[in-house]
Amino acid sequence: MPEPVLSIKNIEAGYTPSLPILRGVSLDVFEGEIVTILGPNGAGKSTLIKAIAGLVKISSGTVSLEGRDITGLATHELIRERVAYVPQSENVFARLSVEENLALGTLHNPTQHASQRRRVLDLFPDLEHLGHLAAGKLSGGQRQMVAVGRALMAAPKLLMVDEPSAGLSPKLAQVVFAQLVQVKQTGVTILMVEQNARAALQISDRGYVMAEGQEKVHGAAASLLENPEVGALYLGAKSRMARS
Amino acid sequence: MIQFVADGIVNAALIALGAIGLSMTYNILRFANFAQGEILTIGAYFTLLVLGVLGFGIGAMGPVAFGWPLLASIVVAVGTTSIIVLIVDWLLFRQLRDKNASRITFIMAAFGVSLMGRNLITLVAGGEPKYFDFYIPKTFELLPGMKVRPDDLAIVAIAVIAFIILFAFMNRTSMGRQMRAVAENPTLARINGIDVRAVIRWTWIIGASLATIAGALLAHNTQLRPEMGFDMLLPMFAALILGGANNLYGTILGAIVVGLTEALAVYVGLSGYRAAVTFLVMIAFLMVRPQGILGEKE
Repeated sequence: MPEPVLSIKNIEAGYTPSLPILRGVSLDVFEGEIVTILGPNGAGKSTLIKAIAGLVKISSGTVSLEGRDITGLATHELIRERVAYVPQSENVFARLSVEENLALGTLHNPTQHASQRRRVLDLFPDLEHLGHLAAGKLSGGQRQMVAVGRALMAAPKLLMVDEPSAGLSPKLAQVVFAQLVQVKQTGVTILMVEQNARAALQISDRGYVMAEGQEKVHGAAASLLENPEVGALYLGAKSRMARS
Repeated sequence: MIQFVADGIVNAALIALGAIGLSMTYNILRFANFAQGEILTIGAYFTLLVLGVLGFGIGAMGPVAFGWPLLASIVVAVGTTSIIVLIVDWLLFRQLRDKNASRITFIMAAFGVSLMGRNLITLVAGGEPKYFDFYIPKTFELLPGMKVRPDDLAIVAIAVIAFIILFAFMNRTSMGRQMRAVAENPTLARINGIDVRAVIRWTWIIGASLATIAGALLAHNTQLRPEMGFDMLLPMFAALILGGANNLYGTILGAIVVGLTEALAVYVGLSGYRAAVTFLVMIAFLMVRPQGILGEKE
């Protein structure tokens, strides 16, 4: 078994120490995979990704990157470890131009700015002609491209994306998912949180289903699509597994 | 009548130089820095100190009654004032940031720094007015009905150069982009790997530098007093709010409106009420456009 790019072991985390939202979550993400975290509202999906990003305090458990313990690493240091994170909302600097947004992605690898920019524009050619515009003037889909594009400028080995289809039309969501597949094909490992379960699992290798701050089911994406318990968790009902 | 425009523009240049730092701390550190006036005062007194050490007077450049000695003294004072401000941040505001103190705590702390700073200046330098040098101001008629001093033109020119350098820094350098990013969304900035502590240091340095220039030029135009910066605080805040608190260009526009309004109040014989007139204009404008001239609605 190869060593995972990202390995999370039994983490507990929350906004207040006495009230953990995550209660013993573990997951592994292997190189070249798209792994999706699914679950109903309040399951702790976004909290998990924020905990990895250092935005929510981890009270116990470990986060390892290629075998190195990075638990509690400051948020601004994560990018040096080549882990990029695209939040669900307010994920672009609206007053800065598209080019300025992209430039902020190469703060720690400025010599690679030109090559990374080319790579990002090859992935998102629509951005080529929007460079001078303030990111806040763009449509939802274009903003998502800028957000993912800026994260890719850092040449990450792991890209964490929180609900990339949120607020987008189904058609646009499909475009965003197709772009994430393209990103994966460039060798970037992706950990995604998504509400749009079916569409997300269709592009994923594996998935984890969370409920009530715990991981309930995990497995290959195809098997999760067939799993009736996954649907049950999505409807907010307690699954047989959760009760057991 | 047109004379008030000349007086107002010089006034506006000094207010804008001081208000830029206020705007930057408001947007990046997210509190109203009531000690900004004292930064201006300290800058002016440091300039006086360096002038005294150099011993060349303030010099002259053609018709302008100050030259390289004053300019060199300002450059040194920019450095020393920035160091003082960074020490105060390290001793006080950094501790409050680390403890996630509320905005009102920051504001009250800034009030405390303001009071202590003013008293310290009085203690060290004395309360009586001081002057850089004695000179006889000369005026010439720039336009019919508008007399200006060459020094006034030099002050406006220095302010304009400072603003050009500032905007080039903010728009063309990586640190400038990082500062704008932190001002807009500090969490996303951290996610992007921006070192917010470095951004905060630059914020203080730029604010202190421009305030020192403002203080030194104001002192050259008038006199040094421990209260000189505090007296500028209200016009600086008025410029910040009137221009739109989240826009540096707006702060300069706000300063022009405040500077002209104050000069007009003096021109029409309301010298004693110029602060009140300025605030009336500001309130009237904000009732129509609460976000200020170039501000964005929050």
